[in-house]
Amino acid sequence: MDFSHLMVIAVSSIFINNFVLGRFLGICPFIGVSKKLESAVGMGMAVIFVMTLASIATYLVQIYILIPYDLQYLQTISFILVIASLVQFIEMFMKKNMPALYSALGIFLPLITTNCAVLGVAILNIDSVWAEGTHYNFIESAWNGFTGGVGFTLALVLMAGIREKLELADLPESFKGLPIAFITSALIAMAFLGFSGMSIM
Amino acid sequence: MNSMQNLTKGFFKENPTLVLALGLCPSLAVTTSIANGIGMGLAATAVLIGSSVLISMLKKYIPGSARIPIFIVFIATFVTMIDLTLQAFIPALSKSLGLFIPLIVVNCIILGRAEAYAFKNSVWNSAVDALGMGIGFTIALVLISTVREFAGTGSIYGYPVFQLMGIDGFKGSIMMILPPGGFLTMGLILGFLQWNKLRKKAKAGGK
Repeated sequence: MDFSHLMVIAVSSIFINNFVLGRFLGICPFIGVSKKLESAVGMGMAVIFVMTLASIATYLVQIYILIPYDLQYLQTISFILVIASLVQFIEMFMKKNMPALYSALGIFLPLITTNCAVLGVAILNIDSVWAEGTHYNFIESAWNGFTGGVGFTLALVLMAGIREKLELADLPESFKGLPIAFITSALIAMAFLGFSGMSIM
Repeated sequence: MNSMQNLTKGFFKENPTLVLALGLCPSLAVTTSIANGIGMGLAATAVLIGSSVLISMLKKYIPGSARIPIFIVFIATFVTMIDLTLQAFIPALSKSLGLFIPLIVVNCIILGRAEAYAFKNSVWNSAVDALGMGIGFTIALVLISTVREFAGTGSIYGYPVFQLMGIDGFKGSIMMILPPGGFLTMGLILGFLQWNKLRKKAKAGGK
């Protein structure tokens, strides 16, 4: 177990290649759910949870089902099925056993199936290689899912904080709403670009 | 609504990306060059037509309560077909679109049209609607990628415009082909469209 790898994954997926601002995954919830800080935090927590579990589940499917039976061409279809049923299962489990958590995160869960960040991290876990040509192992995949979710939450919460203030700003009529949200995210993305020179290897 | 109106509504009036704000991930991620934009647009259009036709054909047999998972399986099947086809015949495009080909599955435009249109309408109408929406998506991608490719590298569809005009020494702004440029271009295009809409409304109100 190499801890420097985990460190590289964490810094890379939170800052350097942030899922939203660097890789363009999960733009729809990033723009759609970032109007209020409170719901942004809820959505972020739900995404961290689902991305971690989805990374674990899809990694196991890939290693123990798809590769032994030579079915890699079914990757897309099997991963999306695993994610959809996982989200459904989490929703049912939460509703029954954790009603408090369900009332906080429940409304965001159905939206997560079609969040590209979740399917994206599942495929990235399989596709990513270290310089030596070795793939992510089980723990690295799960960690990549978790930190990817943290990166998503960071971007979402930053954006929601700014958009709450923007409500009070005196904007030109034609930039109100979506256009200014995109321009704000361009500015945040530019700030995140400052991390791009960083490397640990 | 006749077929022609059904086809053209997706181009501008109900453009899936620029008006309905669906399918934003690919429209920001792959639009670093016009060739990528067109490739992504056509791949998504093919998936959209295939899934819309299949869903509208089978709408009597799909139980309403389980429709979303069934739609996703249909869409994923077409995406896998397109993915393998691109890998076999256009490997360069397949490589530059990369991750975003399998991610067509979770493109909200396709699931959105399946849910909002194909599940309720005839096969022919669904096919026409899917074609129109796909073309609208392609138009949006080409628009965004033209701005980004021109500002980022100074060329249009791979042709270096400034050199061809005899102006040497133009250097593009790298930022436009990096992630911030995608957000910025999208924001400015949406701002322009909103400005245009408000202007038209003001004109109509003034008369």
